[in-house]
Amino acid sequence: MDWQWLIGRMNLSYLPHEPITMGAAVGMPLTLVAIAAALTYFKKWGYLWREWITTVDAKRIGIMYGSVALIMLARGVFDALMIRSQTAVGGPGGSQLFNTDTYQQVFTSHGVIMIFFVAMGLMFALFNIAVPLMIGTRDIAFPFLNAVSFWLFFAGMILVNGSLIFGGFSIGGWLGYPPLTELQYSPGPGVDYWIWSLQVAGIGSLLSGINFFVTILKNRAPGMTFMRMPIFVWSVLVTTVLMMIAFPILTGSLALLSLDRLMGMHFFTSMGGGNPMMYVNLIWAWGHPEVYILVMPAFGIYSEIVATFSRKKLFGYKTMVIALIAIMFFSFIVWQHHFFTMGSGADVNAFFGIMTMIIAIPTGVKVFNWLFTMYRGRITFASPMIWFMCFAVTFTIGGVTGVLLAVPAIDFQVHNTLFLVAHFHNVIIGGVVFGYIAAITYWFPKMFGFHLHEGLGKAAAYFWQVGFLLSFMPLYALGLMGAVRRLDNYSDPSWIPFFIVSAVGVVVVGIGIACQLLQIAYSIWKRKELHATSDPWDGRTLEWSVPSPAPFYNYAIIPEVSRVDEWWYQKQEGVKAPKDSDYKDIVLPKNTSFGFVIGMTAFVGSGALIWHIWWLVVVSFIAIVVMIIMRTMDDFTEYTIPAAEVMRMDKEARA
Amino acid sequence: MLVACTVIALVTLGYLLVHSAHFDVLQPAGTVAKSEKSLLIFAFSIMMLVVIPVFIMLAVFGWKYRAGNDKKVDYSPEWHEHKLLEAIWWGIPIIIILILATTTWITAHTLDPYRRLDSKAAPVNVQVIALQWKWLFIYPDLGVASVNELPVPVNTPIHFTISADAPMSAFWIPALGTQIYAMNGMSSQLNLIADHVGAFPGYNTNINGEGYAKMKFNVYSKIDKDFSSWVESARKSPNMMDEQMLQKISQPSTMDGTSYMLMDNNLYNKVIMKYMKGTASDKDNSTTSMQHDMLNMEGM
Amino acid sequence: MSESAEMIAKRDKVQLGFWLYLMTDCMLFTSLFATYMILRNSTNGGPGGSELFSMGFVLVETLILLTSSYVCGLANLAIHNGRKKEFVVYLGATIALGIAFLTMELTEFGKLIGEGHTPQTSAFLSAFFTLVGTHGLHIAIGLIWASVLIWALYRQGRQEDILRKFSLFAVFWHFLDVVWIFIFTIVYAMGVK
Repeated sequence: MDWQWLIGRMNLSYLPHEPITMGAAVGMPLTLVAIAAALTYFKKWGYLWREWITTVDAKRIGIMYGSVALIMLARGVFDALMIRSQTAVGGPGGSQLFNTDTYQQVFTSHGVIMIFFVAMGLMFALFNIAVPLMIGTRDIAFPFLNAVSFWLFFAGMILVNGSLIFGGFSIGGWLGYPPLTELQYSPGPGVDYWIWSLQVAGIGSLLSGINFFVTILKNRAPGMTFMRMPIFVWSVLVTTVLMMIAFPILTGSLALLSLDRLMGMHFFTSMGGGNPMMYVNLIWAWGHPEVYILVMPAFGIYSEIVATFSRKKLFGYKTMVIALIAIMFFSFIVWQHHFFTMGSGADVNAFFGIMTMIIAIPTGVKVFNWLFTMYRGRITFASPMIWFMCFAVTFTIGGVTGVLLAVPAIDFQVHNTLFLVAHFHNVIIGGVVFGYIAAITYWFPKMFGFHLHEGLGKAAAYFWQVGFLLSFMPLYALGLMGAVRRLDNYSDPSWIPFFIVSAVGVVVVGIGIACQLLQIAYSIWKRKELHATSDPWDGRTLEWSVPSPAPFYNYAIIPEVSRVDEWWYQKQEGVKAPKDSDYKDIVLPKNTSFGFVIGMTAFVGSGALIWHIWWLVVVSFIAIVVMIIMRTMDDFTEYTIPAAEVMRMDKEARA
Repeated sequence: MLVACTVIALVTLGYLLVHSAHFDVLQPAGTVAKSEKSLLIFAFSIMMLVVIPVFIMLAVFGWKYRAGNDKKVDYSPEWHEHKLLEAIWWGIPIIIILILATTTWITAHTLDPYRRLDSKAAPVNVQVIALQWKWLFIYPDLGVASVNELPVPVNTPIHFTISADAPMSAFWIPALGTQIYAMNGMSSQLNLIADHVGAFPGYNTNINGEGYAKMKFNVYSKIDKDFSSWVESARKSPNMMDEQMLQKISQPSTMDGTSYMLMDNNLYNKVIMKYMKGTASDKDNSTTSMQHDMLNMEGM
Repeated sequence: MSESAEMIAKRDKVQLGFWLYLMTDCMLFTSLFATYMILRNSTNGGPGGSELFSMGFVLVETLILLTSSYVCGLANLAIHNGRKKEFVVYLGATIALGIAFLTMELTEFGKLIGEGHTPQTSAFLSAFFTLVGTHGLHIAIGLIWASVLIWALYRQGRQEDILRKFSLFAVFWHFLDVVWIFIFTIVYAMGVK
């Protein structure tokens, strides 16, 4: 009897053969086993299930997003180390540290992991942690959907990492242009892993976009009009609009490519009339808004940090809002600048180039507004502020090269070279990474009740900044020397010193990350000494009015707001103690396992699609539909805490 | 202190790296690349008008308004608007972008890869086919072909028509200028010129499989005499470039530079037709630029 | 029957959330329409829309779907006035008409595939089957949803809950109608010129 249909196209030949991937394929499961053993020994399975896996509390979900993102950061930087080690020795007469196929998988997974699992992960961590608290509410609009989003993100993460153990990953770069990623040139499961991990994580992101948009529209505290919201919340609002419009395009593009691969269709194939240029347009119509999705919350964070640490009102709140909206609008009409060299013609190139450089205007305005928030402020250079200073230097350089790239005739000479690679790392690291790290440092005490160690934080900033310069400034030079991206070897010996410096740079960044990991571990160890009050930074926004760590219900009494930076002014006028009668019953959502189970079913279903196990695809799909129906039929998804209990908990937390 | 030392160290390192390096994009060998370089310098300089003041203000404000210094400077926690300042930092960037936008519009047209170059010399036509993982150059009017080596006459415009029998690739000679994608079933155009004799490296900038890094080629710009003698020797070469040979070299592999006698003048069109059968242009009755070229070439 | 402030607020949020989801679905269909329009002439040497589409057939399909939307509107009126039995009848009719539509569509697909015009034949056919098929998939999900609503009505019977859930279904169903109008125009009417 032929049992092959049971396991699709799985077979043992898909286990890795290269030393480094074999090491990972053994190391990762071993780590998981070790963690499982520890959980069993310390009898923490129940705790893990009750408090984390089934949670619908946005703060907990945020912490989970952040934890996954930081682990993925370590993997992404390790990928970078592999890439730069190879290029450092890849000159004429040099060696091949691992074969080209592995190298191509590594830079593909590096890009995918950094964008989808580190940057998006940290972003959602911050949305979940900060937005409800900042708008004075208890939770986001759809807490169950929030949990589903996280577990879909988690499923995507397992798929990317699973590919290391079994099957290998795509070799097509993080955006996977066809026809290279079509069956003709990539018949194996690698591209399918890529498609489905992005597809599943992408759906999670889309749902979160809707979730946070509704939350900001509907859950704000009484009196908090749009122009009284913290500017970070504005940046999130604008970001969610981008998400809702852009992510469906990603869903569509990946779906069409998967139809080509799974069902032999001809959307983007070489033969049969397919049009790869259509894919390039579709994927970048998503891809460009995506990078603004990543950076705009970071801009919002910098606004909060500069105002707080300069002890001064943000300069030009209204203009900042207008700038955010302008950037959002323009980010939809620039996508073609990613392929000026595809031959669109001068008029089209010029139009998109001009639209692209227009975005520099509101972005520049933001920088000036931050500078003039500092002006006549009283600035404390705590590590969040240090990260801002690093951002201001780094991002500005990246912005300059961005405007250069926006000129089609300049792009003709630097497109797809290391100059381009340097530019986007410049703006992503300077803007997104530094911003999210600053935000973690800033909001960590609110989540956990103790600080992250300052000294290690400043050291991390130093190493990241220096490491960034060493890693990427040589790449600008290399691009101008003719070095294209994604090479593992090259024949011009004059490039070698530049690649060596770049490799050293990655190591220095690695030291920075080591400082951060050490910082977390040390801070947990010394958490009593590093104890934080409810308002450790003398903050301006509402989240600093609740105890640290924030109680699971956020606010015992929903605050009333009458101006921007409500908390700052309340402190000046004298914070009024609540009356006993102010306490009301609180209704909160119950924990549920459905989020986790739906996410894991999505993982199983995706795996089934990748390995052509058709019966399992059908079963998974039906299971998800059934679970959704069951959830909608459930009338008892909430529970009530009586007012007296709320009062008791609040008084205890504030004692 | 630490910051200052680091900055000095980094700048020194930068200088040491850069002073003896050769930058193809910044040391161009043709008018297209020269124009592109001037544009780069111009755009960069104009951006410095904004960037340098920003860096200065960042340093000055950070230092002057630090918490330890509060005895000596004003603290205005509520000051948050100033119409004139805002007008300046909206206005100056707008003007800069207007200048760059105008430059962009103009140069997008003057440096359009499809645009023929102004030159007294008659252009040499080269058909480029990106393969896995090599470049095939066909000189249809001269009866020769070459893999990975691209001899061209100096001071003569070269008119490239570019296609592929491989995943999306891109054709780039940094010293001469503009890169452009090479795609199945499509014909891109590029016009370049070398203004002095020499050897210039060329690359593929878009990943197209495992041998991607090996898709390097070399351009040799030669004086007319030397170019003609290369053409002669290629015509006498025992290597024949015909459909059979094309099939053979289209297999995924890398190879050394080789010259061929061209036996089939229609190879380029055949490669395009292989993929065009399914597409919209196939049904189209209007003349595409590619068909235009085909008609032109046949008439020559 | 009065609703508490929390119920109203919750219904409000769900409605907003659902409308936003529909906008994202709109974006998805936009991508599919754009792809179809670019690939509509890439027939790989085979026949195009003018040879393959039968306007009479499609007109009947369209009338069926439009009628189902009308009947859905009647169901809406019924539930708003508390007439449960009438509601079930009209919703049942909506489902029946939806099934009829899907059956016709599957017949059309079956016929094309049987004649050798499969999604694997050309880019045009890939785009056609995917665009129209995605709409069909949404219709199928709608039918499942409507059936579950009827089941829920008998299981719980609480009107305000059903009202809320049904109003979302109705918006979804009408949205699919609008998408179909675009498909009718862009794919069939413009294809058969």
